[in-house]
Amino acid sequence: MRITQGCFSFLPDLTDAQISAQIQYCLEKGWAVNIEFTDDPHPRNTYWEMWGLPMFDLRDAAGIMMELAECRRVYGDRYIRVCGFDSSHGWESVRISFIVNRPKEEPGFRLDRQEVAGRNVRYSTHAYAATRPEDERYGGP
Amino acid sequence: MIRPATKTEESGMTAFDAIDLRKEFEAVDIAAVLAQLDRELIGLIPVKTRIREIASLLLVERIRQKMALATSFPTLHMSFTGNPGTGKTTVALRMAGILHRLGFVRRGHVVSVTRDDLVGQYIGHTAPKTKEILKKAMGGVLFIDEAYYLYRPENERDYGQEAIEILLQVMESQREDLVVILAGYGERMEKFFQSNPGFRSRIAHHVDFPDYSDDELLAIAELMLVAQNYHFSSDARDAFVRYIAARKTQPLFSNARSIRNALDRVRLRQANRIVSNLDRILTSDDVMSIEAEDVLASRVFVAAAGAGDGTG
Repeated sequence: MRITQGCFSFLPDLTDAQISAQIQYCLEKGWAVNIEFTDDPHPRNTYWEMWGLPMFDLRDAAGIMMELAECRRVYGDRYIRVCGFDSSHGWESVRISFIVNRPKEEPGFRLDRQEVAGRNVRYSTHAYAATRPEDERYGGP
Repeated sequence: MIRPATKTEESGMTAFDAIDLRKEFEAVDIAAVLAQLDRELIGLIPVKTRIREIASLLLVERIRQKMALATSFPTLHMSFTGNPGTGKTTVALRMAGILHRLGFVRRGHVVSVTRDDLVGQYIGHTAPKTKEILKKAMGGVLFIDEAYYLYRPENERDYGQEAIEILLQVMESQREDLVVILAGYGERMEKFFQSNPGFRSRIAHHVDFPDYSDDELLAIAELMLVAQNYHFSSDARDAFVRYIAARKTQPLFSNARSIRNALDRVRLRQANRIVSNLDRILTSDDVMSIEAEDVLASRVFVAAAGAGDGTG
């Protein structure tokens, strides 16, 4: 099941040229750009691992594409996203976030129903990938 | 299915069979940059000739790209060698403008660094530091001043070598994204290139900056004064000619930079002279004009006279 999170996630995967153009848009707006990755696809998993620090004061997308290539080399089997942070109102806040890399296979989610008092039902989603230990979820790069 | 694809490819290729050179030349407006270079930089004839050559080469290369004749992206990394104060940094800034207009760098900004910005203090510090600078310079020009400090043969555990390796790798693999200009004094750069042959082969243009003649230094001084709304009186100009001759014989002379510092001190003395006599009406000419006494009060003349006495 294809994860849809952040911008552009209902479109086909962005090409490198398209990613570069989006990053350039962020830089021209004066946003700091950051690369993050994770192997836990749960939609409530907000805090992904950071690939280095957010990149401030860059002028051209080539520098971030260089880091992205490096991140893909190490964590090519996981989800990688690019975020743009706007600090114009005094604190850094996410203005754009889009997935730039995903695992070859996305096994999707299981829906758990828990019956509780009064025949009520509680629902929760469980990522099949998350049943395996960390670092082994998508079979390596 | 296949036919339309090849057809569009062909039409894309043949669209630029002939290109109007003048139109192309005017479109990038390179003439304006070169004229500005001529106007604002005194002397430096060999440097200007070289920049003209590089600009022409890039213009032709650009046309070849449009005609789909260019086989690979040209190597644009440069090395500027010359004594202190001969205008290496200024020319590097202009070079970025030229490269940007011709479309060989995308943004045209200059990131100016020295060894301290690239080389770290401890193991594992250098690579992120160098990469950070490289990322900032992407799309523009990375200007490394006094580049020979990167390599310190006397200390084999020096981290400079690590920075050099990262630089070389990016200079080779990301030629489209970044132009590196190395600058430094002639002899030491020569030694640096000898011990790092990888750099020499990756640098296409070696430009040597000559020292300025006395006349050129005077012209530079007058240009600097005009920019700050000052001017020499005719006596002061004569005094400054003698100042230049005297200053040149003294140690640590650094061409245009010494002239700029000298002018700063001259302005200081001029201000002091004006303020010392409070009971008068000043005209704008009084505050713009630099008199001979402002120049002649310089230590340089005392030192020159002392040296003359000493040697007999």
